[in-house]
Amino acid sequence: MSFPATRLSVVERTRSGDEETRRIALSTIIDAYWKPAYKYLRVKWSLGPDEAADLTQEFFTSTLEKEVVEKYDPARARFRTYLRMCLDGFASNARKAERRLKRGGGVTMVPLDFETAEGEIATHEPAVGADVDELFYREWVRSLLERSVADLERHAEAAGRPEMFEVFSRYDLVDEGEARPTYTAIAAALNLTTATVTNHLAAMRKQFRKIVLDRLRELTTSEEEWESEAARLLGVRK
Amino acid sequence: MISDRTIDRLREAASWPELDTRYEIIGVAGSGGMGTVYIARDHVLGRDVAVKVLDIADQKGSRAARLQREAHILAKLDHPGIVPVHDAGTLEDGRAFYVMTLVKGRRLDDLIRDRLPLANRLNVFGRILDAVAFAHAHGIVHRDLKPDNVMVGGFGEVYVMDWGVAQDGGADAEAVVVGTPGFMAPEQAVAGDVDPRADIYALGILLALVGGEDAPAPLRAIAQKARHADAGGRYQKVEDLAADLARFRNQDPVAAYRESAIERVVRLYRRYELPILLLVAYVVMRFVLLYWRGI
Repeated sequence: MSFPATRLSVVERTRSGDEETRRIALSTIIDAYWKPAYKYLRVKWSLGPDEAADLTQEFFTSTLEKEVVEKYDPARARFRTYLRMCLDGFASNARKAERRLKRGGGVTMVPLDFETAEGEIATHEPAVGADVDELFYREWVRSLLERSVADLERHAEAAGRPEMFEVFSRYDLVDEGEARPTYTAIAAALNLTTATVTNHLAAMRKQFRKIVLDRLRELTTSEEEWESEAARLLGVRK
Repeated sequence: MISDRTIDRLREAASWPELDTRYEIIGVAGSGGMGTVYIARDHVLGRDVAVKVLDIADQKGSRAARLQREAHILAKLDHPGIVPVHDAGTLEDGRAFYVMTLVKGRRLDDLIRDRLPLANRLNVFGRILDAVAFAHAHGIVHRDLKPDNVMVGGFGEVYVMDWGVAQDGGADAEAVVVGTPGFMAPEQAVAGDVDPRADIYALGILLALVGGEDAPAPLRAIAQKARHADAGGRYQKVEDLAADLARFRNQDPVAAYRESAIERVVRLYRRYELPILLLVAYVVMRFVLLYWRGI
């Protein structure tokens, strides 16, 4: 059994003396959290698309580093919960001040694809009365898994084995409502043997698990937090 | 964007254990606090088995140690009411697992809802007592007895499951509070280290559930005594509880209940119903014959 060398979490790296390390760490946090934050503002705070986009931009560009990350104390809450609470406070203050944000006004823009996020809300509209905490968690998981899938694809391509990812994609990425194809069907479609499909799928799943757990390690600040998040994420619930 | 359904599939994919060529995972049977139980095909022996796998491997190895301890406890308890373990090991990714017999049946809570005759329900309860008494005789306290942890097979076989938080020996190394609220003895809720009377408390709760709301007063009294808040007020051994339950089933007076004179008469009548009816019939016939002769 091998554990990955303990990597500093992104939160710890945002406190690094090296500017480039800090910049990459902040962009990793933004990458993991901007979409859950945007959808959360749209649903919990009932903000319109433009207002939610502006607030998300401002939160991640001007507030995240100084107001959020610097004040984070891992002993008090897990980072995801803390960030959501900060987001609530930020949205509440913005509402109280009746701040009228002009899109991009005075804010350093980060390239966030709000149109896609908006389309996702339209496609998968959260149920009325849905638990907003659960919504934030679900979106965070979605974001984490999407990035992990992209990493897996890159991994397969870098290894010169894109067909391995193709097997994984056909079996584990089938969309809602679609029945899973059989191994035999995938083997026929990709001109492989069924045994090869079985082996490719096992290898890709193993690698996928490793990527997910590594990403999770990066986004958590302690072993306990990692364990708790990993158990919640990967515990199969029937 | 990946859909909610795909998220679930990906979570499952990332959790799916790859064992050696002998065991092929074919489905999920259920999940618990720290692991998932999968159904697997044992290709060597040509049968289906259950494989309990940790959800994650922690760096300290404490989860793996707990699962391995559970496997060792099961291996130690060779009893028809306790599911046998066949194999144990560690996956490449560090997750511990063990292989056990696949129990096909229903959980006790399902069975209770069926409102089977009381005698059948007490048969099941009696087998739970046998298994727990056997564990206690080997120095093991289950600490989490509840309807979810009892399986009843299609032929009436009863298994006490989930020994993951069992205490093996006097002191518990972890000394943490474990169990399920509602089934935990008061002393268990404040201290990790307990004695077999903590299980007797949980058995009292189970008996109250098995007996149902319309359970006869002596049976209710047995359940009440078993779940006495003070461990000293309970049955001190599972065998004592089983003996009192056997007396109830034989319609003898039970230690936990002081019956009134009327209840005693009713009980004796029920116990000796046939001889009493035969005696009454005999007496009636004698009177009839005497009457006829008199005429």
